[in-house]
Amino acid sequence: MADYIWLIPAFPALGFLINGFLGNRISKSFAAWIACLAIFLSFLTSVAIICEFLQMPPTARIFEMDIYNWIASGEFSVPIGFRIDALSVIMCLVVTGVGFLIHVYSIGYMHGDPGFRRFFIYMNLFVFMMLLLVTGNNLLLMFVGWEGVGLCSYLLIGFWYEKDSASNAGKKAFIVNRVGDFGFLMGIFLLFATLGAQGVWTLKFGEIQQNAHLLNGHLVAIITLLFFVGAVGKSAQIPLYVWLPDAMEGPTPVSSLIHAATMVTAGVYMIARLNFLYSMAPATMFVVAIIGVLTAFFAASIGFAQYDIKRVLAYSTISQLGFMFVAMGVGAYAAGIFHLMTHAFFKGLLFLGAGSVMHAMSGELDMRNMGGLRKKTPVTYWTFFIACLAIAGIPGFSGFFSKDEILWKAFSSSQGHMLIWLLAAVTAGMTAFYMFRLFFGTFHGECRASEEVKHHIHESPRVMTIPLMILAFLSLVGGYVGIPHILGGGNCIEQFLAPVFGPTTHLASTGSFDIISAAWASAGAAGHDGSLELALMVLSVIIALIGISIAYVFYVKNPALPQRFTAKCARLYHVVHNKYFVDELYDLIFVRGTLKAGGFLLKAVDDGMIEGLVNGTAATMKRAGDKLRRIETGYVQEYAIGIILGAIVVVGYLIVAPMF
Amino acid sequence: MFQEIPPGLCFALSGVLFTIGAIGAITRKNVIVIFMCIELMLNAANLAFIASGNALSSMDGAVFVFFVMTVAAVEAAVGLAIFVMIFRLHGTVNADDASLLKG
Repeated sequence: MADYIWLIPAFPALGFLINGFLGNRISKSFAAWIACLAIFLSFLTSVAIICEFLQMPPTARIFEMDIYNWIASGEFSVPIGFRIDALSVIMCLVVTGVGFLIHVYSIGYMHGDPGFRRFFIYMNLFVFMMLLLVTGNNLLLMFVGWEGVGLCSYLLIGFWYEKDSASNAGKKAFIVNRVGDFGFLMGIFLLFATLGAQGVWTLKFGEIQQNAHLLNGHLVAIITLLFFVGAVGKSAQIPLYVWLPDAMEGPTPVSSLIHAATMVTAGVYMIARLNFLYSMAPATMFVVAIIGVLTAFFAASIGFAQYDIKRVLAYSTISQLGFMFVAMGVGAYAAGIFHLMTHAFFKGLLFLGAGSVMHAMSGELDMRNMGGLRKKTPVTYWTFFIACLAIAGIPGFSGFFSKDEILWKAFSSSQGHMLIWLLAAVTAGMTAFYMFRLFFGTFHGECRASEEVKHHIHESPRVMTIPLMILAFLSLVGGYVGIPHILGGGNCIEQFLAPVFGPTTHLASTGSFDIISAAWASAGAAGHDGSLELALMVLSVIIALIGISIAYVFYVKNPALPQRFTAKCARLYHVVHNKYFVDELYDLIFVRGTLKAGGFLLKAVDDGMIEGLVNGTAATMKRAGDKLRRIETGYVQEYAIGIILGAIVVVGYLIVAPMF
Repeated sequence: MFQEIPPGLCFALSGVLFTIGAIGAITRKNVIVIFMCIELMLNAANLAFIASGNALSSMDGAVFVFFVMTVAAVEAAVGLAIFVMIFRLHGTVNADDASLLKG
């Protein structure tokens, strides 16, 4: 029954190979359809698996198979094997489903690009690596996928490599990710060594979970923190988020698929996958939640002052990823995965919408030069509107259910805290504001584009608008799989994921923070019984509505207001507009620092020590040779004297030695 | 008749001859003379071979002498050829003039 799960990653791999090897021998449209078909077949396989799952009892919903023994060394072996359970099947559906729509969209978007085939080759490779990441049954295979998606991200950010900014952005993404990957790798080593010391040589998730009790608390905290460093890099959290905004140099479908819907959520998936380890380490959970909520808030505030529509969306993505990490940090794994899914829908849609806007505006990205697109591009307008409502958390849209679930868990969970909730709720309001700032600025008001651009504005072709409509539909209804109990739903997704995450866990508290939160939770539990949850829900909706109305007042009612506002707080605006100068700071500390250190090493170590050593050896030899060459006079008879004296010494020795 | 000459005297003669040859080879400058001195040393060695072969009643010494004489003949041929070349090059056969190997 589980024999076909390897097909999920196999189809995109096949598509990649076919397109990669046939290259120019097949027509462009054929290459594109092969790429789309490969993803679609994977999607169908995932659907078949989830159908099979739904007919099985929840505890039996794990398909695992090894297809090849990759590394075998004594007791230790790493197979190339796949594991499909409730968590990875959701990931597969998201990756292949959204991936398929974005592939179809790309046919229209990349039409006429000289790198059309190359684009689809990279995209298929990416989907293959991503599926390897989510379906691999051991950490090492996951790491292969992890690095593979990083590679594809680099290739696709730098897709238009003739542009300096694009190839630099690719390098930046790759290098920043390296920092995180180092942590991830260290985590794998430490986990492996620690379990190995107990006689358990394995990297398979299932076996790690069974033997997790062998690890002691401090080590688990260190291991999970190291894994989290990996997640911070891949999922663009503070302090390694700087690569994601620059990654927008890639083609828009890439931003949508890799840098919004799938790859950047790999960190969240990884924590969810290793939830049994994280649950053992409350300290790490605390760090995860704090980093998550700070990133959410920080990135949202940067989103206020950006004009490039893709950059606003990039900061929004960072912010939403922060929300997911908050969910992970407070132990609400199911809520995090739920938000991951709905976020893939609406953020993928937002990026595709932005791509459609760019398509209409002849590549314009600055929202100051847009406006008034509502009439000219109705499909883009309405789908973008739905996505904005979803991300703002308006009741009835998918984002509302998932975001509210996270907020509620941040508030009520034993590892949550009211402050986390407060910051997250404020961030949700900010999200609503900057999304609608973007929305109004792009689609409403007067068109501020030049006459020539204005003349060209047109709705995108159907191959682009149909994926938009499907994603809009998903953004609308995607949340209904997780209606909370309080609203009369069954929270199906949480129940579906329960075999992976276990029933909602309550940890044995250690540390002062947990005592506070436990006290808070008990205080909350006394009075809540639904009414508190409902009250918070209403509160967050009100916050979102406030955000939207401020955006409305600022950008539709009274467009002069923002200017007055920025003039008033010019300093603050300057700082925020320049992204708090974090890039400059990193440039100063890390880039220049590295250059300086390199310069120092070049001068002191390389020139001074190593070159000195080499040149010194040569000079010594030269001087020694200069002295020694004087022995050689060239007179034959002096050599003869040498021979004779030598012979005398030898013979003398032979004669004298026996005497003693 | 040879039996009457004690081997010690033969060895002494051989040693004297060898020493004369060696000193000549080192001190004389004319390569022809040096060459003759070398031949003298070879013959001193031959004498020692014969004497010891005789003393030990063995033919081995004589056999060695034949070899040495063969080598000496070959050496003379090669050596004289070299001297001719040196003479053509330098116009002299003074050993000190051929000092190209000077470091």
